[in-house]
Amino acid sequence: MSEVSTITLSKKDFISDQDVRWCPGCGDYAILSQVQKVFPNLGIPKENFLVVSGIGCSSRFPYYLDTFGFHSIHGRAPALATGAKIANPDLSVWIVTGDGDSMSIGGNHFIHVLRRNFDLNILLFNNQVYGLTKGQYSPTSEIGRISNSTPFGSVDYPFNPPLLALGAGGTFIARGIDREQKHLQGLLYEAYKHKGTSLVEIYQNCWVFNDGAFASLTDREIKMETQLILENGKPMIFGRNQDKGLMLKGSKLEVISLTKKNSINEVMIHDEQNKIQGLLLSELTYDKNYPTPIGVLYREEKPTYETMLHNQLATALKTRGKGNLDKLFNDSHTWKV
Amino acid sequence: MANKSKSKKNVDRVVIRFTGDSGDGMQLTGSRFTEATAIMGNDLATYPDYPAEIRAPAGSLAGVSSFQIQFSSDNIGTPGDKLDVLVAMNPAALKTNLADLKTSGIIIANKANYTDKNLRLSGWELNPLEDDFLRDYRVIALDMTRLVSNAVEDMDLSLKLISRSTNMFALGLVSWMYDRTLDSTINFIKDKFAKRPELVEANIRALKAGYNYGDTIEEIQHVVTVSKATFEPGVYRNIVGNQALCFGLITAAEKAGLDIYFSGYPITPASDILHILSGYKNFRIKTFQAEDEIAAIMSVIGAVFCGDLGITATSGPGMALKGESLGLAVATELPLVVLNIQRAGPSTGMPTKTEQADLLQALFGRNGESPVVVIAANSPADCFSTAFEACRIALEHMIPVVVLSDAFLAHGSEPWLIPQTKSLPKIRTHLAGKSNGFNSFKREEKTLARQWGIPGTKGLEHRVGGLEKDIETGDVSYDPINHEKMMNLRQQKVDIIANDIPPVDPFGDKNGKVLVVGWGSSFGAIREAVNRSRKENHSVGHVHLRHLNPFPLNLGETLLKYQNILVPEMNSGQLLLLLRGKFLIDASGLNKVQGKPLGVDEVYDKIIELAGA
Repeated sequence: MSEVSTITLSKKDFISDQDVRWCPGCGDYAILSQVQKVFPNLGIPKENFLVVSGIGCSSRFPYYLDTFGFHSIHGRAPALATGAKIANPDLSVWIVTGDGDSMSIGGNHFIHVLRRNFDLNILLFNNQVYGLTKGQYSPTSEIGRISNSTPFGSVDYPFNPPLLALGAGGTFIARGIDREQKHLQGLLYEAYKHKGTSLVEIYQNCWVFNDGAFASLTDREIKMETQLILENGKPMIFGRNQDKGLMLKGSKLEVISLTKKNSINEVMIHDEQNKIQGLLLSELTYDKNYPTPIGVLYREEKPTYETMLHNQLATALKTRGKGNLDKLFNDSHTWKV
Repeated sequence: MANKSKSKKNVDRVVIRFTGDSGDGMQLTGSRFTEATAIMGNDLATYPDYPAEIRAPAGSLAGVSSFQIQFSSDNIGTPGDKLDVLVAMNPAALKTNLADLKTSGIIIANKANYTDKNLRLSGWELNPLEDDFLRDYRVIALDMTRLVSNAVEDMDLSLKLISRSTNMFALGLVSWMYDRTLDSTINFIKDKFAKRPELVEANIRALKAGYNYGDTIEEIQHVVTVSKATFEPGVYRNIVGNQALCFGLITAAEKAGLDIYFSGYPITPASDILHILSGYKNFRIKTFQAEDEIAAIMSVIGAVFCGDLGITATSGPGMALKGESLGLAVATELPLVVLNIQRAGPSTGMPTKTEQADLLQALFGRNGESPVVVIAANSPADCFSTAFEACRIALEHMIPVVVLSDAFLAHGSEPWLIPQTKSLPKIRTHLAGKSNGFNSFKREEKTLARQWGIPGTKGLEHRVGGLEKDIETGDVSYDPINHEKMMNLRQQKVDIIANDIPPVDPFGDKNGKVLVVGWGSSFGAIREAVNRSRKENHSVGHVHLRHLNPFPLNLGETLLKYQNILVPEMNSGQLLLLLRGKFLIDASGLNKVQGKPLGVDEVYDKIIELAGA
């Protein structure tokens, strides 16, 4: 990897020659742009990037990045990425998926890739709707959603992606918003830096089928009241005047006003490595009485699957010597004719 | 060892089936007898058959496990149709296997297990060992449990341990009857129970007690011997089908200079392949037990995209789940190998029983037209060459290959002529080097193989996927004419392989009355039946197809040289359908779907019927 130090890449190195075919105004454009800005700065040779996707609007992503890319089949990107990462652990592997792709048809692969902790990154574009099939409710749509497949309202409870990831043993769980571009960029760097499976859930607006799903989080007027921007080691405060905080009362979080003297001392400090906090923050996902946490909800260091597997390969090579076919064939009783 | 007081009698071939409860250790007994037989230099073929339930209720019909072996001084291809000896450790085993025993064949039974309870469980109204129900057979009914108990009297062992050693008594007795030595089994016992010396002692004593008991049995007049078979010169070992597949894969990887990436999801009867390969890490084999069948093949596709030799193994139900992913491998033109160890279906079917009913699934079981190469193994040892051939075609043609084996081959065994690894051919790959202006769709003229540009190589960045692609550039394309061109191209890539495989060369008569066309594990039964009918001066040929898609180039013209075409299959006529459809010939089938291999007799009878007509 001696080439690394001499790499100078720029955003344009990552723009492919394919026309981008998302609807004009789609939140995906903003995410693509951030990824193209971040990739050149990671110190990785361009040929070592592999971007893998499933099916859905978001999954067209690999075509628009001038890296190695694999547009696979519905829900299966994590499985494909798993094989790639085992075959070549040096690759920087990025999975691009949507809420239908990862939470529904690919739910099984989603939880297992998190559990195994491969060093790869999952960008989950959550627009709470099936876009490419024209607007059915998705596994992250709220109950009661009127859609073409639920004309009387959905009776399906939604998945809570960070909570699901936490339950699956995820070691890096973060949330960003397509419109919050600087913040998202920061999360992409953090995701890359984490040596393990990094999940970045990105709230992404589908203005054709589910416009304004996240308006309360992106509207300039109110977003300070609805976003809880997490920073490790800092108190969990929010509000237009930074005048509210989250306090742990019993086993529940509570919103408190910071207008009283010293009340800041009661606010919970964000500790990314505290799993119980991660759980409490994840629980806020659909609760309208609380702000929505964005940033890194949870982070944990533990060995990756591919490291452990390749250690086994190296040990076998060391203790048993390089495999020899003739020895292998003759390892049972033989006789000569 | 006791001196044998009885005279010897030489025969050409012997068929023995060891049967008992799942917990009676019949598979172990059979495989020990097999090794001793291999050492004697006989040709042999084995067939283990066991229930899907790990521990079905003790003594029940459902819990019977069996291991059959045929050994011979001739070259044989099957574990035999009818039994000379049936070892029936309990009444359920006798009940389910008696029909296969020859008249006047030998039954060896452990009387101790023929209790009222076991008789009731297996549906015997009276104890068959005590009335004259078995009068057409020679019955050796012994209380093996007591005999073993006597042999280990001074050892203070539990009754449970003693009854667990009765299989060794039976093995000892059968070894004496057929003049096999005990050495290899004694070494095996010492190895297996190295940490429990009391078990080593008990098992060896039981084995020897059975062996020595032989001399005292009145029902047996002779020790039966079988002369060595004539083999092509070389070094041999005994090999089980799934193991031979693994050896073929490992060899192919070495000849191609690639690492193996293998992923599978546990499924009977394919799981052994995952077990075996995961033990060979020093061959740089990366194995991954996936969360499901789909993940297994998808991860293989990911690994192949990154330059490994990718392989997955499964059985019918798993094959159904892998269908969409296999279509992706077709669309992205990646070289991977899918091993389908067929079992009886549909749905869960009979997981441990054999069938060859997934041929049409392999050819057509995907959406759109999505042609893959299909090849089949015809015997346990042939699994080696078949696996090697699958990897060769996949890599040299940049195409997915499906290998069909089945439960019969997977667990069956036979002697294998160990190949000279140096003499095996190298396998070419289409790996691309560093490049400027790389086009993954640039094709080799002869094979139409595209270039294999793997991540980590400078300048090869490109995108692949399941969307239709432009035939020149590989970019996404919805152009109607282009789509048709791509459909034709994918088919042509398969068809062209016919130039790269050997033509058929019928065994036996090159033209005449009957041509028997088979594929897969029915090879042995067909070959023996053809041999037998030719000895009786019938004009019969045999073609056994390894390559099922594409067919060998001269198959059509070969079929025309015979008056009758017979296609025996363990399905309802799948190859038959293909041959009739492709060559417009009036072939007839011999079809059996009982979860059991074809027998020599049934093939022979059908040949005679056609040859005489």
